[in-house]
Amino acid sequence: MNKRLIDLQHISKSFDGQMVLDDLNLYIRENEFLTLLGPSGCGKTTTLRIIGGFEMPDTGNVIFDGKDIANLPPNERQLNTVFQKYALFPHMSIAENIAFGLKIRKKSKTYIADKIRYALKLVNLDGFEKRTVDSLSGGQQQRIAIARAIVNEPKVLLLDEPLGALDLKLRQDMQYELIRLKNELGITFIYVTHDQEEALTMSDTIVVMNQGYIQQIGTPEDIYNEPTNAFVADFIGESNIINGTMLHDRLVRILDVNFPCVDVGFGNNTPVDVVIRPEDVELTAPESGMLQGDVTSLIFKGVHWEIDVLANGYEWLVHTTQMHPVGSHVGICVDPFNIQIMNKPESNDEKAVESDA
Amino acid sequence: MRKSIERIYLFIIFLFLYLPIMVLIVLSFNNSKAKVVWGGFTLRWYRELFTNRAILEAFSTTIFVSLASALLATLLGTLAALGIDAMKKSGRAIMLGATNIPLLNADIVTGISMMLLFVRFTRLGLSTVLIAHITFNIPYVILNVLPKLKQSSRTTYEAALDLGATPLYAFYKITWPQILPGVLSGFLMAMTMSLDDFSVTYFTKGAGINTLSTMIYTEMRKGIRPEMYALSTILFLIALILLLFINFRPAARKEAQD
Repeated sequence: MNKRLIDLQHISKSFDGQMVLDDLNLYIRENEFLTLLGPSGCGKTTTLRIIGGFEMPDTGNVIFDGKDIANLPPNERQLNTVFQKYALFPHMSIAENIAFGLKIRKKSKTYIADKIRYALKLVNLDGFEKRTVDSLSGGQQQRIAIARAIVNEPKVLLLDEPLGALDLKLRQDMQYELIRLKNELGITFIYVTHDQEEALTMSDTIVVMNQGYIQQIGTPEDIYNEPTNAFVADFIGESNIINGTMLHDRLVRILDVNFPCVDVGFGNNTPVDVVIRPEDVELTAPESGMLQGDVTSLIFKGVHWEIDVLANGYEWLVHTTQMHPVGSHVGICVDPFNIQIMNKPESNDEKAVESDA
Repeated sequence: MRKSIERIYLFIIFLFLYLPIMVLIVLSFNNSKAKVVWGGFTLRWYRELFTNRAILEAFSTTIFVSLASALLATLLGTLAALGIDAMKKSGRAIMLGATNIPLLNADIVTGISMMLLFVRFTRLGLSTVLIAHITFNIPYVILNVLPKLKQSSRTTYEAALDLGATPLYAFYKITWPQILPGVLSGFLMAMTMSLDDFSVTYFTKGAGINTLSTMIYTEMRKGIRPEMYALSTILFLIALILLLFINFRPAARKEAQD
């Protein structure tokens, strides 16, 4: 594993008496693509701004490459930021925008010209040197913002919801572009987003945040398959989160039915939250199901059907490639491996977000 | 039918707006002292204007006061706008309200209250006129600069810091060019306001000092003076030119190419 490049230790921050971050601890390894993921107001942008130097933490240390930089102004930090709304300088040409940081570092004219050409090539905008900012589309502006940041060869690139303003297709293209850039440049990316798909696609590590607390840190697979609490399960993808009782190791009782599972160590007769992903619910003939229910809604989603099944008083969300018409009687089966057991939330930030589903 | 009514309406409105000034301008070229008789075209009143020492003195005072007060108000107003922009929401609303009150206040009230304050501490003269003009000019500058600051947004400034600029360099290179159009129109508007002002100047000027507007007022009280028509015409034209300048100033942003 690579060494720790940034270490956030016991960071707290409040604005006007409102706690935004509470004793946050997080480290980022060299060359890692780390994503801070969470709903708006979860503290992810504040965390990024503290790393960037735009906010000072109330308490705690920001260790960068072995040195505490918590009180260092942004212009003395070896990292660069790609801002949410690009923040290009409207009164300068594209070349002048990209050269801004290099001129401050007093680089030679030929060095700057080479760098500009290299950066524009890297973001697939060769020949854009003399264009003005407002002649560029949103996606192009975003690439220039990235080019402007990376010519300075920062150790870390901070990205604050950089794709938020782009349309879906462009956003997906840019995701692959960012992964390519990161691999070519070999620098650390810290990425902030509220879009779980973006996070799952690009990250080495995802940090799920809510209400100023880190909920879970893990690889995209970990986060998706083994969410630690209802909030994570609900925020990452869709899920059925059902009250259950852990009878003993490997057996959980949900909706008056006993389900074998693979989880151990929750004790006997413990109330738990059970997470079952919609694609893991199998619909069968009524008699071969572990429980039976009726289809109440059917929506075509392209790749799959989204089906609601009312069974034992719970409305199950099911994704399947097989069509079951509304009103049909079906059986429900779940593989033991696909049942994820979680402890009940201990605080508000661990609860699932109320949704209109 | 509808079209012609619209046109007539528009014509009447413009007539009300501009007829008085047109009358004044025409009379300033009238070779007769009587108001209603046309005595032929002449430039006599303009000639007399430029040979009258008192008037020339008032003219230079006016130019000095409006230029100096606009410059200082632009400096103070721009700084104030920067401060207000950096404030939190609640503070910003209060500050904006406080700076706007002088704008809404009747000029004569502003003038009298300033006079009362000034005579308590000093003698009325050029400096008190200047202070008064700076004071009522500042809100105009703030009102012109603040929207530009909002547009330029904090993030471009932060982006400059992020790229290694010191706060001063970031302001000079990034914020300043973006708010410059607002600063310029604030300056021009302040100059126009100062040039036009009568009430505040009248109460704060003391004896022996005159700007063009107070000069015209005192001269007109003595009786009809066609030179004053000429002077008023010149004053109107200066204001008009400044206004045209504010509205049709070529975009301050140069095409960034080098």
